[in-house]
Amino acid sequence: MDIAILLAVLKRTLIAGTPLLLGTLGEIIAERSGVMNLGVEGMMSVGAVTGFIVTFTSGNPYLGMISAVIVTAAFSQIHAIVSISLQANQVVSGLALSMLGIGISVLWGKPYIGRPLHSKFGEISIPFLSDIPFIGELIFNQTLFFYLALIIGFIAWFMLYKTRPGIALRSVGENPKASEAQGISVVLYRYIAVGIGGALAGLAGCHLSISYSKSWIEGIVAGRGWIVIALTIFAAWNPAKAFMGAFLFGGIFVLQYLLQPLGISPSILAMLPYVTTLIVLILFAIGKESRKKLHAPAMLGEMYRRGER
Amino acid sequence: MRDITKAFNGTFANKNINLHVSSGEVLGLLGENGAGKTTLMNILYGLYRPDSGSVLINGEDVRIRNPHESMNLGIGMIHQHFMLVDNHSVLENIALGFPDSPFFFPDRFIRKKINTFSEKYGLYIDPDKQIWELSAGEQQRVEILKALFLESDLLIMDEPTSVLTPQESIDLFSIIRRMKDEGHSVILISHKLDEIMANCSRVTVLRKGETVGDSAISDVDERSLSRMMVGRDIILTFEKKPLPRGKEVLNVENLHVISDRGLETVNNVSFTVHENEIFGIAGVSGNGQRELIETITGLRKARSGNVSLFGSSILNKSPRVINNRGVTHVPEERIRFGIVPNLLIYENAVLKHHHSHPFSSIMFLDYEAVKGHAKDIIEKFSVSAPSINVPMKSLSGGNIQKLIVGREINNKPPLLVASHPTYGLDVGATEYIRKQLLQRREEGGAVLIVSEDLEELVGLCDRVGVMFKGRFTGIVDPSTTRLEDIGLLMTGIEAGEDS
Repeated sequence: MDIAILLAVLKRTLIAGTPLLLGTLGEIIAERSGVMNLGVEGMMSVGAVTGFIVTFTSGNPYLGMISAVIVTAAFSQIHAIVSISLQANQVVSGLALSMLGIGISVLWGKPYIGRPLHSKFGEISIPFLSDIPFIGELIFNQTLFFYLALIIGFIAWFMLYKTRPGIALRSVGENPKASEAQGISVVLYRYIAVGIGGALAGLAGCHLSISYSKSWIEGIVAGRGWIVIALTIFAAWNPAKAFMGAFLFGGIFVLQYLLQPLGISPSILAMLPYVTTLIVLILFAIGKESRKKLHAPAMLGEMYRRGER
Repeated sequence: MRDITKAFNGTFANKNINLHVSSGEVLGLLGENGAGKTTLMNILYGLYRPDSGSVLINGEDVRIRNPHESMNLGIGMIHQHFMLVDNHSVLENIALGFPDSPFFFPDRFIRKKINTFSEKYGLYIDPDKQIWELSAGEQQRVEILKALFLESDLLIMDEPTSVLTPQESIDLFSIIRRMKDEGHSVILISHKLDEIMANCSRVTVLRKGETVGDSAISDVDERSLSRMMVGRDIILTFEKKPLPRGKEVLNVENLHVISDRGLETVNNVSFTVHENEIFGIAGVSGNGQRELIETITGLRKARSGNVSLFGSSILNKSPRVINNRGVTHVPEERIRFGIVPNLLIYENAVLKHHHSHPFSSIMFLDYEAVKGHAKDIIEKFSVSAPSINVPMKSLSGGNIQKLIVGREINNKPPLLVASHPTYGLDVGATEYIRKQLLQRREEGGAVLIVSEDLEELVGLCDRVGVMFKGRFTGIVDPSTTRLEDIGLLMTGIEAGEDS
């Protein structure tokens, strides 16, 4: 294969993996606190539509990105209120959030269908580093989103494992009762974790609409939110491992375009990421690995009520 | 604490309780299970809020709304069930509760501090181990370390020795004495009279949520304390009639079982249990007793060997088949495996039988029959419950166990398997459960018990098999064997080796 084609493929892989990585990092943080949020698909949709509208009307993609983050973080708090304060079933609440988010994106996005974005995120070259052959073009000549994802991934890993709030967050997901007995506010930590999860899903969503595709299409998230949930398991709730999973799946998205010239029906190719998700999950489950071995937070999805005996 | 009152679901857990502790004092808080000791301490620690009453610290009226506030007031608590995060290391667990640990890299700071405490109080622990790798005694040391980090003036310990081996208990009390010498106060919750007598300077006794005694330890003895606690004299000896051994009920032959970790935990075990017999299995927990019992009751598959009931094999049959053949089971962790905490009492009372006549027909439950059965068990086995319409989890440990034993024993099963039947129960409930087991024996039933309480086994059993590393190191007649010899078998020294 020509080196230029290889470079292009790898670069597309990293770009396609970026929203998956951002979303997965957010979901890891939320689930580490013990809250399972199946609303990623909805949150990414809200982030995508918000980012697009604000960028389209203001002409400033940075403003679009920031508003997407804020609006989606606020949107995620619906799940926080319902599942943490009102103690509703987290699975049901998360699914509802997904449907609501997709609905909102369709409603708000209607007037913008097919209209191209004029102001877009350009690639940022890192001085000196981007001059390295191959690697420089691949890694150091990317959009802001890519750099953000790497930085946030590192910070998330560092915060979770090397700082006191990180220990507290993981403890809240493992044993909320013990954490509460240590003076940690389980409720506060869970709200914040869900909020961070929402913010990152928003970032992932607006990457799709204002950097990856640059025009508004209904259903732009296209199931990536669900892949994020699978990737969270795949990464064993560890941000460091999320990198591998996210970029691997990014590669599968790009594979579709590579295989198209071979005459395989595009509809079958479009199924690839989702089929892979299923296969990965099945392999994980039959790999004789119990929940504990997967390092799932022990109290994931369980509600916690103070003062109950 | 003054006039503390707290009710759960209409039952008073605490009623106008008064309690005071001076600095440098070890106060014993004594009471049966369900007497309200733990509730009272959870109020002091801010986990529950009292319905009425007040808490004074150094003469100041304080309102403790959450554990954070109580920690700031210098109150530390070690719960009966440890409040530790199993999948985290010792360092992480301590950092969690210590607000002054640095934001970045808290582990380095904590590690240094652990070393100083280790030397001062004789608390040795590997800070990098994960909690699940530690023994109960070591986990408790982590809890004590957490309290020391917070410079707690008052440390509440809820039944600290219930999970410890005798040697670990001795270590614990020497740590408590050192803390006392350093000016810390300790509230020791216990229902073990000898511990209170040996280690406390004052004792407060609770019964049914009320204070019934408060005096210096020199003014009381074990007898008067137990009378205060239970409200009557208790018989701590066992009345066991000599009975001839009946025909064979259970026969276990050359059983081999693999544990969850893939190791052979039951290694070639053979024994029989007969009618009119209580067979005990002694040993330090973790030597294969749990896996053995799980295999007999059908919860775990054996690798080889045989288990038969009245001559027909029940090996690797489903738990329901085994239960229907007449093996009932009082499980080890009663809250996790014995009941469904959120279901109501009457629903719990028919578990295992809910699918059969008279409780259900075709596909509907006959609630009249179910409730009648529950009332029957509650009455017959003196379970104290506000009503049969409350969730099971609102009962105390002793009453939960009485209901489980009642449920399992009511149909007079040919074989009753009971794991740690009196573990963590107070004197009254213990006495009651033991009586039920003995009665079952007299009626012609076979009983298999696993226990770590040697005195209990010696008092109840006709024969005791001692387990060590998956093998039986001996099957002895407790009436002719000294306790020390059983103790030696438990450490793997087989009988007759030295004589």
